[in-house]
Amino acid sequence: MNEAGHSHNHIVKLLDAGFRLDGRKAEEFREISLETGVTKTAEGSARVKIGGTEVMAGVKMEVVTPYPDAPEDGTIIVNVELMPLSSPDFESGPPGIEAIEISRVVDRGIRESKALNFRKLCIEKDKKVWAVLIDLCTINAEGNLLDACALAALAALRDARLPAYDGEKIDYRSKAKDSLPLEKIPISVTVSKIGRHFIIDPDAEEEKAIGARITVASLEDGTLCAMQKGGDEALAPDDVIKMIDIATAKANELRGMVG
Amino acid sequence: MGYEKRIDGRGMEDMRGLKAKVGVIRQAEGSAYFQMGNTWAYAAVYGPRDLYPRFMQDPTKGILRCHYNMMPFSSTGERVRPGGSRRSKEISMVTQKALLPVIDLSEFPNAVVDVFIELPQTEAGSRCAGICAASMALADAGIEMKDLVTAVSVGRVDDKLVVDLDYSEESYDGGPVADFPVAMLASTGKISLLQMDGLLDKKEIPKLLEMARKACTRIAEIQKAALKEKYGVDSNE
Repeated sequence: MNEAGHSHNHIVKLLDAGFRLDGRKAEEFREISLETGVTKTAEGSARVKIGGTEVMAGVKMEVVTPYPDAPEDGTIIVNVELMPLSSPDFESGPPGIEAIEISRVVDRGIRESKALNFRKLCIEKDKKVWAVLIDLCTINAEGNLLDACALAALAALRDARLPAYDGEKIDYRSKAKDSLPLEKIPISVTVSKIGRHFIIDPDAEEEKAIGARITVASLEDGTLCAMQKGGDEALAPDDVIKMIDIATAKANELRGMVG
Repeated sequence: MGYEKRIDGRGMEDMRGLKAKVGVIRQAEGSAYFQMGNTWAYAAVYGPRDLYPRFMQDPTKGILRCHYNMMPFSSTGERVRPGGSRRSKEISMVTQKALLPVIDLSEFPNAVVDVFIELPQTEAGSRCAGICAASMALADAGIEMKDLVTAVSVGRVDDKLVVDLDYSEESYDGGPVADFPVAMLASTGKISLLQMDGLLDKKEIPKLLEMARKACTRIAEIQKAALKEKYGVDSNE
């Protein structure tokens, strides 16, 4: 199936010569597809495929008591399930650090961009607000889960409709026509450094060779809303600037798919 | 008055729409997708691979482990909290027992074959859909098998015996309901899973098992067609 075990050196040497394992350019995504309404039981859902990587996102809605320090604000919870069905490397059990990091980075992209207007999720001040529960489940994991999850989450939010609520009970079987107050489209793109090269959308093989990566969530006008560095290598300031430039340019290419 | 017409218009012995596909998860050794109406199941097989912790190993044969899980957004009602429940553990166990009679892991001492069943959307019958998918995924993984395993829920809604209950029937409140899921080995009709919830007259059991057998034969045809589609085997070979 995969060309097994390309060494770090091999991948770097190929990049030095201007090639990637699958023939892509450095700043080129694999083929991306996005579908919404992929499960009827969720209030909103999406399936994103980036090359062989496949992620499903589902949004469920619940009515909860608001936090005391934000009595008029609804809330979101993002949860990533790295399902053992999707890779021999994933195991059953509570979320590991990889799943937690992806959840938190996706969460911040949505939260910090104020993409979702939390105030409009208020039903009754101090008493009742909507909680938007976004679950991301990996179906097949072949690299770049971060970008796939972020994109799927946004698409599912856009697809979501509020269920009917009579003030006491949610009727999940009858969906209201109201969509969620999604006012901006933050898009996350992860730029990775391998050797001295910057690439996007690493496949499973390339991912093992990454020295450092930065995930950047940005808005249409280029405003940055969340960032996260990963990987063991330290980055020079110039590297960081370059990586952010690549990420924001690529984000605008992806935005059309959701927007 | 009785249960005259099924809520979705099916005949009493009709199943919901069935769909099957093999080889849907590239990372897995074997995988399949099985759809029974609005209940959808993925199954992926990993292994035979080393089993840890070591005390779980069986030096005489490999073991089969099944993991049934509903995705958090797969229920019409509230979100399903991840991490497994008593229900999902029990279903994992009966799924393993349903599949064991057809597989032979004697050549893989100390190893494990893991079957992961994930449901993106459910509307009753999810253990049955999961077993149908798992059986195909095991075949796709090249695990030695004597037979395919098929599963369907039969039962009773009010005064009628029905095949493949959906959610509205399981929760029918105009009369007594019985939900009677069974798994059958495709060619022999032997029963490897049997559960029942509700009220049944024991005189109805033979008829219900006969209805299940018919439905399972139909399921096996769909499973085989999906396997043949991937492997391009002519049915006469």
